[in-house]
Amino acid sequence: MHQSINFLFVGVGGQGILTASDIAAEVGLEAGYDAKKSEVHGFSQRGGVVESHVRWGDDVASPLAEKGTVDYLVATEILEVARWIEWLRSSGAAFVNRQHIAPMSVTVGTAVYPSDEDILTVVHARSDDVTIVEGLAIAERLGNPRLANTVLLGTLSTRLDVSPETWLTVIERRVPPRYVEQNREAFWEGRRAAGND
Amino acid sequence: MRYAAAYPGTPSTEILPALAQYAGVCAEWASNEKVALDAAAGASFAGARALAAMKHVGVNVASDSLMTLSYTGVGAGLVLVSADDPGAFSSQNEQDNRHYARFGKFPCLEPSDSQEAKDFTRLAFDLGEQFDTPVMLRSTTRLSHSKSAVTVEKPAEPRVLDPLPRFERHPHKYVMIPAFARLRHPEVEARVRAIAEYAESCALNRVEWGNRRVGVITSGVAYQYAREVFAGFSFLKLGMTYPLPKQLICDFAAEVDALFVVEELDPFVEEYVRGLGFEVAGKEFFPSTGELSLALVRAGALKAGLPIRERGQVTGVESEDKSEGGSGATKLDLPSRPPALCPGCPHRSVYFNLRKLKMLVAGDIGCYAIGVLPPFEKMDMLISMGASIGMAHGAKQAGCPDNIVATIGDSTFFHAGLPELASTIYNQGVVCTMILDNGTTAMTGGQDNPATGVTLQGQTTHAIDIEATVRAMGVGDVWVVNGLDVKGVETAIREATAIEDRPTVIIVNGACVFTRQFRRRPVVAVDPDTCNGCGFCFRVGCPSILKSDQIGEKTKRPKAQIDPLLCTGCTVCLQICPRKAIYRTEGEA
Repeated sequence: MHQSINFLFVGVGGQGILTASDIAAEVGLEAGYDAKKSEVHGFSQRGGVVESHVRWGDDVASPLAEKGTVDYLVATEILEVARWIEWLRSSGAAFVNRQHIAPMSVTVGTAVYPSDEDILTVVHARSDDVTIVEGLAIAERLGNPRLANTVLLGTLSTRLDVSPETWLTVIERRVPPRYVEQNREAFWEGRRAAGND
Repeated sequence: MRYAAAYPGTPSTEILPALAQYAGVCAEWASNEKVALDAAAGASFAGARALAAMKHVGVNVASDSLMTLSYTGVGAGLVLVSADDPGAFSSQNEQDNRHYARFGKFPCLEPSDSQEAKDFTRLAFDLGEQFDTPVMLRSTTRLSHSKSAVTVEKPAEPRVLDPLPRFERHPHKYVMIPAFARLRHPEVEARVRAIAEYAESCALNRVEWGNRRVGVITSGVAYQYAREVFAGFSFLKLGMTYPLPKQLICDFAAEVDALFVVEELDPFVEEYVRGLGFEVAGKEFFPSTGELSLALVRAGALKAGLPIRERGQVTGVESEDKSEGGSGATKLDLPSRPPALCPGCPHRSVYFNLRKLKMLVAGDIGCYAIGVLPPFEKMDMLISMGASIGMAHGAKQAGCPDNIVATIGDSTFFHAGLPELASTIYNQGVVCTMILDNGTTAMTGGQDNPATGVTLQGQTTHAIDIEATVRAMGVGDVWVVNGLDVKGVETAIREATAIEDRPTVIIVNGACVFTRQFRRRPVVAVDPDTCNGCGFCFRVGCPSILKSDQIGEKTKRPKAQIDPLLCTGCTVCLQICPRKAIYRTEGEA
């Protein structure tokens, strides 16, 4: 009992983590699962680390997943994937948006932002299943850098046994009407980035 | 429900905007939590179901009324939602508000998921009317900030509510002069006994029998962790944690070999169970600090030597954690990511200048608490809403030789700052109060307040003028400055703190970047040929100012660059750059 599919969305305040995880939870419900989501926000939202958990299952008890049990780790910022990598199970998959947001500690000089290479070494030590998504670049090409989270959802969706139409139905419900078309495009770009469709 | 009021506070803020969507519910932002509860009490006395929502520390503010509402009881149902914050994700402490229920002798309900949050709210109204009592609905952060599926009834036809009948006068019940209060107290005691009797058989509390080697008594979201970790054992799931069902607990305890209580924060239920004479374990295994989690409950169970299956066998996760093998790669030193003032925030110039002028700062609750973090490190005391002014006043009256400034936001000023300022004026205090008016209640996500001129429903209302208010209170020396004018803020602080024989007020205006009034301006950029890498602009703590790859020849330090996606064109960095290396890009909206 209590078999579940666990997602962890991480990034920096303002990147659309909460919207992306809301969508993932609703897609779970649409697909016939029980689903719960939980997030950390408030004081930490002002440029701090944001984490949001989503669990799909027959009967989900805890709204939070447990360290080492995450099946899909979705990071909208590359440093953050390293911070949360121990939450991924070794057979799990990580999706990483190539975007760098320097924490204040780096700007004021008390800390150093690690290189992509060092970050990916850490990530690969955990799991071989790592997809780097040029989410920001794709989003900027589509004319709105805030679409990066939808690009990542597109990439993530290729691993789940839920139709793209179900994802798009939920996405359309969740975004303001004038951004629907942009988000559809971003979602399909994300799927292409995964090498599918 | 006909009336609902709240003061915003994480993790309770989202309740009122949700209720505001229902026709027939008058939902309002109150200026503080006591005001919210008082208004809800009045509605209840007048015969309308009412709700007040607040974070755990908000109940402290409302507690003066709350303790006596227990004596008056209710007219129609009166529900107080207390959103506790174990883990202090966005709070100044981790108090467990179930103690208020026992302290005030009214029931406390603890839902464990979204469905129960909805169902228990309705039950709370019924229960309160049945027993003539206010009812506390207590959630904790993990419940408040989680979503799960809810079955809703078919929405009722939009109905026209019956008009309330004329007020039924019951002075012995609603007017708590000493003589009447003394008469109400025995009724409160009798009521608690009656509700405890009800608790024995009500649907809120239930036993889920499984293997009887282990019995777990639990409540709230802790139930969810417990049923995942202790799958297969027996549970007493308490939906009402005050008053507790004595016989139900005794019967459950007698049936199991080992008894545990899993609850967040204090050993509230555990101590009651131990008081009944049972051997019970709880807080020695499941911590009383921070929020619980699957990992903590599992670790506690293993430490207790419980026959639970280890992680992996229950959920199919790996039982070996690669990282625990100490692989070198995971030892990468990751920079922390503390919260920061947003690009364009009008508070930036305030803390930059307070640091520059070496002021002692009494702070308050709001985004500006970030002033205590690098690079400003310019806040010396902070305890509760409105306290900045009183703390600064007391320090000064006692003879503190430092130059002290109190900093308080617009919403916080109307919450609890007004009486503090009144007291310092009355007592001929000499405090300089800086009211940081960003036009919103920012930290909780941008709610309106008495100074914004907009209601919870987005309708225009009277905006209370802060300057006129403090002048009417008797402050003659008032500066009104633009928060994006760094020099102007500095001058105001210098002039105001030079006055040493009377209170002064500086109102710093500037729209929060999340408000509708906020306007982006052309972004600024760094001329790399002029920048020498002095690093001075890094001291304004703006997330859009980054180190570039270029190194200054003389300073041997990285030059600055500005992320045009994050910059809002506030020009604070431009104003303070010693080499005038930052310039405004034109032509952008």
